[in-house]
Amino acid sequence: MKDDSVKHPQAAAEFLKDRAQAKWHDSAIWWVRQKRDAQAKQLPEWEELRRLAREIKAHTLSQLDDYLAQFEANAQKNGVTVHWAADADEHNRIVHGILAARQVKKLVKSKSMLTEECGLNPYLEQRGIEVVDTDLGERIVQLRHEAPSHIVMPAIHLKKEQISELFHKELGTEAGNNDPTYLTHAARANLREHFLTADAGLTGVNFAIAETGGVVVCTNEGNADLGTSLPPIHIASMGLEKIIPKLEHLGVFTRLLARSAIGSPVTTYTSHFHQARPGGEMHIVIVDNGRSDILGNEDFYQSLRCIRCGACMNTCPVYRRSSGFSYSYIIPGPIGSTLGPSRDMKKHGSMAFACSTCGSCSNVCPVKINLHEQLVLHRKKAFDQNLLPTGKKMGLLAMRFLTQHPALFDLGGKVMRKVVPIIPESLTRHSAWSRAGRDLPPMPAQSFKEQYQQRSQNKKDKQDKKDKEEQQ
Amino acid sequence: MQPVPCSSLSEAPRTMKIGLFIPCFINELFPHVAMATLELLESLGCEVEFPLQQSCCGQPLANNGDSKGACDAARRFTGVFQQYDYVVAPSGSCVSHVTHHYDWYIAEDPAYQQLKPKVYEIIEFLQDVLKLEKLPKPVYFPHKVSIHQSCHGLRELHHASPSELMIPYQSRLENILKLVDGVDVLLPERRDECCGFGGTFCVDEPELSTAMGEDRIAQHEATGAEYIVGADPSCLMHMGGIIRHQGKQIRPLHIVEILTGRGAGA
Ligand code: SF4
Repeated sequence: MKDDSVKHPQAAAEFLKDRAQAKWHDSAIWWVRQKRDAQAKQLPEWEELRRLAREIKAHTLSQLDDYLAQFEANAQKNGVTVHWAADADEHNRIVHGILAARQVKKLVKSKSMLTEECGLNPYLEQRGIEVVDTDLGERIVQLRHEAPSHIVMPAIHLKKEQISELFHKELGTEAGNNDPTYLTHAARANLREHFLTADAGLTGVNFAIAETGGVVVCTNEGNADLGTSLPPIHIASMGLEKIIPKLEHLGVFTRLLARSAIGSPVTTYTSHFHQARPGGEMHIVIVDNGRSDILGNEDFYQSLRCIRCGACMNTCPVYRRSSGFSYSYIIPGPIGSTLGPSRDMKKHGSMAFACSTCGSCSNVCPVKINLHEQLVLHRKKAFDQNLLPTGKKMGLLAMRFLTQHPALFDLGGKVMRKVVPIIPESLTRHSAWSRAGRDLPPMPAQSFKEQYQQRSQNKKDKQDKKDKEEQQ
Repeated sequence: MQPVPCSSLSEAPRTMKIGLFIPCFINELFPHVAMATLELLESLGCEVEFPLQQSCCGQPLANNGDSKGACDAARRFTGVFQQYDYVVAPSGSCVSHVTHHYDWYIAEDPAYQQLKPKVYEIIEFLQDVLKLEKLPKPVYFPHKVSIHQSCHGLRELHHASPSELMIPYQSRLENILKLVDGVDVLLPERRDECCGFGGTFCVDEPELSTAMGEDRIAQHEATGAEYIVGADPSCLMHMGGIIRHQGKQIRPLHIVEILTGRGAGA
């Protein structure tokens, strides 16, 4: 689970202490952004696809109740049991209920940020059920007892040496063997055991199709397929915003998803689940957990269009240099920074300020969410709820006052220009501007306003002189 | 074609007047950029006035959530500038706050709605209104410059095609530098990544902001350029602070300083 007491500026500064590691993190993720660019460039209709995706999602959200009802009816027709969970706790109780009633001892899981959001793993483990995350990245962070640091690449914060060490300890691989192929094979062999001995499989959902009542899961490792075909029970957990109206809309999203996420044309597997395998059971749990509140909010409802591709974090210069763990909410980066404060401003307020408002996220987003603007709107909420640090709030109130009193504003500027050059460096060194390694700009003797006034005066004097001469 | 003097552009039979908008920090810290802007406009035949009652446009207040402060600042700006035919400023970020974000605060104000389409960033004004095809006096600037595309100018004012969007490439800064003799225009790797200034972000998260700045400067340096040239003094100020601290050779330079021919001495 993630630590929601994390404050972004401190956590980022901590991460940056190891500048070499931070640089590596930045370039590893930038490489994915470049792969995304290369793929997007190959589709002349890219911007058109984004527009379509945005519109399909916007339309669906505007009639979400109807589409959810249609989805439920069609899924039931297929023999699937549909459950509704108002919050995280209810989701966990439902999943546990299904598993407990069938004496499940081991659950294999694949592709679900939602279960992270709900804290499902510890909930089930406390109740005696073994939970095994089966996607490689998820498995790695599970073995490290960490939360994912990225929604698509959960272990991107780790180097292969660290993974080798972990696998040596947990899976008994050869010490010091850092070969990624070797390590992947070791993980796969270990996971195979779990697949064969699990009693149930749980997956996330990328898209739920109202027209057919089926769900679609996009993966690269095929673990969702193993986890749903080997054990007899399949539980699919989905946020209620995952609905799309028709099968024919799916192509728009599958074309955007993998390209935006990892820069490949499609995911290796795009699996459609419409009913349980013969003799098995299929359950779908539809989770609200705060989503209806966001849907009702004029400023933030757009964030529910998100298809969780992670492109916004890959492009985000702040995320790349501070890593997922510097954000308090389970989802980091630009989308997390709007979802987190939407959930709980007190806990996740620092995320809304972890942004230089460069706007790259909004441009990269395949469903065109106005992410950087949403962050500024969250700051407005934080200010109104009095959640800004006192010093900052005082500064802003002073600025607010000065903005309305230009003469005082000018005086303040003048004092600054005169005083800064004579303060000893030992005093300025610790200021927020200077402490990380920036000198103050040189202070000009005159402001532009002073120069302008003097220039106007000189012009006037010249003119007056000329006029006088002409009169004489 | 000769540059069209301002006075010939106005359809109304009166002289067109430009209100010079000089953002607060430029007024105090970069008066030479403001002066270069004023002189450039005047030498193109424009009648320019700098209204003394202006103050901050309110962007720092808005960016930190102070909507009352932002709203008051927006009304004040509208009051000070509404009498002009055009409002021009040498800062993409401040202009984009006025033209793209005042709507959050004072959309209902008809005076603002009238003013909005008349507010221009200087390069936009030179290109779109004055249709500048030649500088007022020839400029020779035989230096390598690396273009710094500031985020708001880029993604809100569309100064260039952002690298995330799959649209044909164009760049206002590159285009206008074609009017300068001898200049060698270069683009850094990660053509339009943020330098890390971000308004009060630079003091809210100093370590992160500086790390972003260091990376950005390194990318500009790697082009072999002598100058980092941009249209936003705030980004140049932030990178300049790091450059001075580290005693680096490369120099930040505002594009109007080149266009007026002052740049070589900078
Ligand atoms: S907000 Fe957009 S870019 Fe970010 S994860 Fe969601 S869909 Fe992808």
